[in-house]
Order: sequence, then structure tokens, then C-alpha cells
Amino acid sequence: MTISGSAPAGATVEAPDQVPRDRKPQRGRSARARDDRRTGYLLISPTAVIVFAMVILPILWTVSLAFQNVRLLNLRRTGFIGDYSLDNFEKVLTSPGFVDALVTTLVYSVCGTACAIGLGLVAALALRQPFRGRGLVRACMLVPYVAPVVAAAFVWTTMLNPQFGVVNHYGTSLLGWDEPIAFLSSGEPISVFGLDLHVSKSLATVVLFEGWRSFPFAFLFLTARLQAIPETLEEAAIVDGATPTQRFRYIVLPQLLPTIAVLTVLRFIWTFNNFDDIYLLTGGGSGTQVVAVRVYDYLINRGDIGAAAAQALVLAAILAVLVAVYLKLFGRSEEVA
Amino acid sequence: MSSLSRDAFERRLFGALRPLVIGFLLLICLFPFYYMVLLSFRPLDAVLQDPGALWPDLGDIDFGTYRDVLASQSDGGQGFLSFIKNSFLVAIGTVVLTLLVSIPGAYAVSRLEFFGRRQISAVFLGVYFFPAILLAIPLFVFFTRIEQRGTLTGLLVVYVAQVAAVSIYMLRNYFDTIPASLEEAAEIDGCTRIQAMWHISLPLAMPAIASNALFIFMIAWNEFLFALLFLVENRDKWTVSLGLSQLAGSIEVPTTVLMAGSVILTLPIIVLFFLSERWLAGGLTAGAEKG
Repeated sequence: MTISGSAPAGATVEAPDQVPRDRKPQRGRSARARDDRRTGYLLISPTAVIVFAMVILPILWTVSLAFQNVRLLNLRRTGFIGDYSLDNFEKVLTSPGFVDALVTTLVYSVCGTACAIGLGLVAALALRQPFRGRGLVRACMLVPYVAPVVAAAFVWTTMLNPQFGVVNHYGTSLLGWDEPIAFLSSGEPISVFGLDLHVSKSLATVVLFEGWRSFPFAFLFLTARLQAIPETLEEAAIVDGATPTQRFRYIVLPQLLPTIAVLTVLRFIWTFNNFDDIYLLTGGGSGTQVVAVRVYDYLINRGDIGAAAAQALVLAAILAVLVAVYLKLFGRSEEVA
Repeated sequence: MSSLSRDAFERRLFGALRPLVIGFLLLICLFPFYYMVLLSFRPLDAVLQDPGALWPDLGDIDFGTYRDVLASQSDGGQGFLSFIKNSFLVAIGTVVLTLLVSIPGAYAVSRLEFFGRRQISAVFLGVYFFPAILLAIPLFVFFTRIEQRGTLTGLLVVYVAQVAAVSIYMLRNYFDTIPASLEEAAEIDGCTRIQAMWHISLPLAMPAIASNALFIFMIAWNEFLFALLFLVENRDKWTVSLGLSQLAGSIEVPTTVLMAGSVILTLPIIVLFFLSERWLAGGLTAGAEKG
């Protein structure tokens, strides 16, 4: 699990502004305010320093690196200032496979987000009515999300193994598959009714893995939102003769939409940036190379730091544009809803 | 068809579907972990001969995998015991250091008026939307140059920087719920700000601090990308996550032994999670009702 992928979600949902405390004017107020200010800076400074040094400066440095010819081999001679050029961007944008990686990243994030939210919604609705042991079942739903990604990826890799994986064993013996499926190493595109989808079986597998690992996050949020819907609304609808699907469509769903919109943004961002899952499952092979894995490949295997930095910047820029467009399109309607 | 019969039909349909859906969800959530434990106790030949077995043969249960995975390399094992030590050091260190900086920080952001207070939380939160891989590049370069890559300390500093902001956010929300009047009363009695914080608000915030500590521990224990970038060349320093991922690629180590490694990696997290599930789930959705 990347650190960012597991940020608590409450984080971004709540509006940052809080109700200002009503403080009556009093004597010595300005002295007190000055004291507060000083204490405030004192208390926040350790965090500010470490975040500045380990997050903000590095981001700026990435920008600087992206415009320089830096390789692992000549690393010792590079600094903040160097010979700036656009070579890295030109190299990266025109290199074979970059556009494919971008498309793969998009397909992975859109489908992965949809899977996670869809499954989370189904789970939240299925566990809405109280029953004995519901608390335990709900806790179990969160296990894929909290379990270490390395262990989860390893056990799925084993389960999907074509030789001795339990999925292929039962697939061939019970479900009548002709032969074991190489879920994680098949670059073969999936076709539905002869229609080529340009999505390899491996990509579909990593999407489903993302759905499996992230749906608990959506489930948590949607469950919390469902609990906040006043019962009277649905009781009134029942009296009016609304069927379960009608109640879902006209009462529950509209209440959930703002939460779903927020979840979409969060999950999309984190899936778009995801490195761990794909690196661990396929190493980026057979049509699953997303940009984050490609950046790693440039950084470590090719030792081309400049090109890696340029690609990472392009990734961040595209993400920023996509999120901005989304917020522009849906941001307003969300406020109304 | 009257709407009443449609209603009855739907009620029956969903009534029948619900247990099926719940069963299916439980299966996909728990089976992989059950399978992990199962394989860790089965001998490799038995797995290869009968891959479909869903429970172990009682006569066949093999604890040797755990011995193999834990024993140090010189004793013919995989050295997970030392990986566990590294993971614990990093995770505990991250928790302690993060709380040390984030508790005062959260208090300041919650209670004290100072210029840039709002902006600072916004900047901190922005960190979480940055691709980790983008941060990884300069940190990799930087720690290589100061020759601290390959040390647990370097990794520790990076972890603290990444979780401090979110820790501040979670704690701030809690400090906001503690009435300021309690501290004001203490100040009237002659306490300074810092004393009031120490004696009044901090004890009250203990539940939030404890759940925050668990949350940070889980993140640090599970983290993979930075461990990979920083420590991969230095086997003595591997964390459990990194060790498992590195050995998973090799053919020499039997899958069942690595399954034992996976159990060792997962177990502390699952135990912590079920012990603290109520707190954590609450912390995760804090503020979600506002939608």
C-alpha cells in the first residue's frame, strides 16, 4: 500500500473551514493573540520543516531534474542548477510505449475506480439491514484494505497460478475451462463477441485486484452515509407503495450521489498514481505497464533519472488536468445535491 | 400487474439475493487469507499434487515452513526474523516521531490563531494527491548522494514526512471536539497555554492519539515502494514486505515457505485491526456524513 493510497479518507471530505470560535473582546486580547501566534508557529514548525524538506523541496527538485540530463552514473555532479533543456520531455513523449502506458493507466484507473465503488455500494446495501453478527461481517469486509499489499499480491499470484493455483484448478475441473488461464502473464486481448477491447487479460486481472483491494474504502464511506439517511423518508415511500428498486432509485441513490462523487475523485487519484499493485502482480508486463511502473523502470533499470522525472511530471500534470475538469463538470452540481 | 405484486416480487428477490451477496463478499474477502494460512502449513509436494485441497490433511501439517522462513540465512533459512526486527524498528520509530511532531502541530492548527493556519493544512493535505513515484525520484537521488540510502534512518525520515500531515489532520478533528473552555478555565487558574495543553487537552485526546498511532503503524508496516527504492541492495536491512516481494520472484524458495512469510507479514496487521476496528473505522470516516 502506498502511503498516499491509504490516507484516511475523512481527510478530504470535510470542508477545512470550521466555525470560528466566538471570542468576546477582552483586555489584553492583542497580547494574548500575539502569544497564540508565537506558540502556534512554534508548535507547527517541526512538521512544517520536515514536510518542507522531505516533500515540497523534493517536488521542486523533480521539476529541476526533469530539465537536466541526469543519469545514475553522473549523479554526483548534478545539482539544482544545471544545463536545462527540454530533451527529456521530447525523449519521453516520443518514446515507443509512452502513449500505450498512458492509455493503460487511464483504463486501469477508470475501471478500477468503477469496480471499487460498484462493489462497495453493493456491499453497503447488502449489509444495511441489521442481523446477528453484522458488525463482524462488516469488519471482515475491511480486511483486503488493511492487509499488506505485498502479502495480498503474493497470495493472489499463487491462487491464479496456471500450474497449481486453486482458481485454475477449480476453473478447469468445475467450470469446464478448456485450459488454465495465465491471468497475470497473458497479453492476449479480451474480445467480447468478436469485438477487440484492447484490454489484455492481465490488465483485466489487475483491475479486478484493485477493485477487490479498494472496495472496502468505498464500503466504509457509503455505509456511513446510508446510516445518516433519515428513516422517515423511506417509511413515507413505503406507505406510498414504492418498491425496493424505486426507493433505491429515487430516495437512497440521490442521497448517496455526493459521497459517490467524492469517492470517485479520491479513488481515481490514488489508482492513477498506483505503483505497488501492478509492480507486484505483473511487474508491468503483458499490457499492464502503467506510467508509475514505467517511471520506476526508467529510474532503476535504465538509470535515466531525468527521463523518469519528466515522466512523473507528465503523470502529475495529466492527473491535475483530469481532476480539474471533473471538478469543473461535477463540482457545482455536487453543491446543489 | 399491480404494483403490489411487483413490490412483493422485488422484496422476495432481494431477500433471496442478500444472503448470497453477503456470502460471496465474505468469500472473496476472507478466502485468500485462509488459503494463505492453509498453504503455509502444507508441504510443497502435496500442494503440487493436489492443488484443489481446501483443508490440510491432519497427518500432513508441516510447521517446518515457519522455521525455514524465520531462521537466519546462515542457518539455511530466509532470515525473516531480522526482517521482522527491521519492520518493527521502522514502524515504531515512525509512530513515535510522527506523534512527536504531529500532536503539537494538530493542537496549533486546531486551537491557535496564526497567520497561514488554513493554508498550512491545505498544503499538507495536498501531499496525499501527489504521485508517490514523483516524490520517490528526488528522495532516491538525495539519499543516494548523502549516502543514507540503504539505512533504516533514511526510510524513517521519509515515512514521518509522509504521514505527519495526515496525522495532524486526524488529530486536529479530535482537538476541535474538545471544548476550549476547559483550557480557558485552567488558564484562569494560572496555567500557561502549553501547560493547559499538556494537562487538559492531551489526556482528553488520548483515544484519538492511540488510534492514530495504530493507523501510522499499519501504514509504515505495510509500506512497499520506498522500502524497495531505499533498501533493496542491502538484504540485512530488508523489511518484511520487501523481503517477501524480493523472494517471491526467486525459484529457489518454495511457495509454501513464502506463504508462511506472508502470514507473518499479515498477522500483526489483522490482529491490530480486529483489536482496534471500532476506533479505526470511526477515524476513517470522520466527517463522511457531510458528504
